[in-house]
Amino acid sequence: MYQTKRMLGVTLKYASLLFGAFIAIIPIVAIFFASFKTGAEYTTTGPLTPPSEWTNFENYRRAFAEGNMLVGFRNTVIILIISVIGTTLIGSMVAFVLHRFKFKGSKYILGAFLLATLIPGVTTQVATFQIVHGLGLFNTIWAAVILYLGTDIIAVYIFLQFMDSISISLDESAMLDGASYFTIYRKIVLPLLKPAIVTVFIIKGVNVYNDFYTPFLYMPKTELQVISTSLFKFQGPFGAQWEVITAGVMIAIIPTLIAFIFLQKYIYNGLTNGSVK
Amino acid sequence: MFKLSNFSYPTQKKIIIFAFLIIPLLLLFTFAFLPVANMFWYSFTDWNGYSDKNFVGFDNYVTIFTNPEYFHVFRVSLYYFFATFIQLAIALYFATILSFEVKFKNFFKGVLFFPYLLNGVAIGFMFLFFFRGGGTLDTVLTFLGLESLITQWLGNPDVINYSLAGVSVWRYMGFNFIIFLGAISSIPGEIYEASEIDGANRWHQFRYIIFPSIRIIISLNLILAVSGALSAFEIPFIMTGGANGSSTFVIQTVNTAFKYGKIGLGSAMAVVLLFIVVIVTGIQRKFFSEDD
Repeated sequence: MYQTKRMLGVTLKYASLLFGAFIAIIPIVAIFFASFKTGAEYTTTGPLTPPSEWTNFENYRRAFAEGNMLVGFRNTVIILIISVIGTTLIGSMVAFVLHRFKFKGSKYILGAFLLATLIPGVTTQVATFQIVHGLGLFNTIWAAVILYLGTDIIAVYIFLQFMDSISISLDESAMLDGASYFTIYRKIVLPLLKPAIVTVFIIKGVNVYNDFYTPFLYMPKTELQVISTSLFKFQGPFGAQWEVITAGVMIAIIPTLIAFIFLQKYIYNGLTNGSVK
Repeated sequence: MFKLSNFSYPTQKKIIIFAFLIIPLLLLFTFAFLPVANMFWYSFTDWNGYSDKNFVGFDNYVTIFTNPEYFHVFRVSLYYFFATFIQLAIALYFATILSFEVKFKNFFKGVLFFPYLLNGVAIGFMFLFFFRGGGTLDTVLTFLGLESLITQWLGNPDVINYSLAGVSVWRYMGFNFIIFLGAISSIPGEIYEASEIDGANRWHQFRYIIFPSIRIIISLNLILAVSGALSAFEIPFIMTGGANGSSTFVIQTVNTAFKYGKIGLGSAMAVVLLFIVVIVTGIQRKFFSEDD
């Protein structure tokens, strides 16, 4: 009796896992198949029928060339690099000052950073838009960069938390050697923050790569398209040509897949560390 | 040449505090707080982006809560709100079983989590393809002999919000799952062993060990998910643009402000949403302080 119950339990466990995995994968598999089909093949075969030829890259070529995705990648990469480095610098500098020095108003400054995380970014766009416009940043990549730097403050927390584990006695012994505070930040604290920096890189990287509404609202110019917005434009010109749209979707997904395969461990840790405020 | 180490430490401290905080604080106030302040001010005006800003009192707020066109969208949030519970239950279930001995653990973990990392626009198209007539979903249902269930997943106003909320579950479940998995893994293994000696089965272990240990994480995720449900935007905006009764509060806000140029009214809507989210977050903070 106990044996059968156990067997049943194990079967149910694996059945549910397989079912979950199936649901997670099937939408991706279907677009993967479609992206290799020719137009005629697409209309005559079902979405879960594998393509007759796995080397038909015509749709990918069209998605890249006609869909402006190369420009999208270039802009995404530029914005990504500037934002990730900028966030790391800003976050670590703020965390260093707020963690190591107690001064008049330091509590309020910390409070201000805390309070800002409560504001959901998407709600304030109506007013943010006027400011970005007023500063003449509308339709420049700086609109996205500066919003990623100024409004997404999660890095400050991650660094603040991590600063606890960097002993102040390290600072003190460096001071005995006459090191300036900047040297302490640059040569001691920043290198020791490395694990936290990895976390920030990952969280920020995922956010920036996947963000849609910031570039959509602030950088509508064709030359400034990022991956999200260039893909979004596929719905007009390619209308019913799903074989090209699916190739575009695959092009947007592949970098994520590669990053995931190589950085799996860091991504899991990064999200777990980043979420516990 | 300017050298920081030439100054005394108290002077250095002043310089470094100023130098390290000035830019971050400027950014914070310009792009986080100033918009909120402006938004409050715009919400009491009839501004359309070009006209003079005329003070109209609470007119915009009255419109939101009395005009069914604007009020209706709150109802759509409920679909996402309830989907949130399903999402957390699924995440908790998979996190629990994957905390124990399972073959191909890393494969299942990766596959269940991966959707969370994907680009929102890519997900939108993927599911437009999934839900279209004769698309992926219809094919699977036909294969299972369930043709009778097939409907216009995104065309039928009675079904569309379920479809879209389902996409949202598909997209975000992996995040909750990974967080839960991390929380469960921090429970020391000896506790399970001890409970097994006392004759506890898996359900008992879940009910009396796992659930109480990660209760705080669950409530945190619940509240995050609730404010997420209220600000649902990307998936419905990309997939339907808010057509067929799928418009959410944020889509409505963005359209009101940017498409129809009613910045005053759009601001009032944003203020309402901000209030709700802040209240929800406040409740969460209260939970935390009680538990600590």
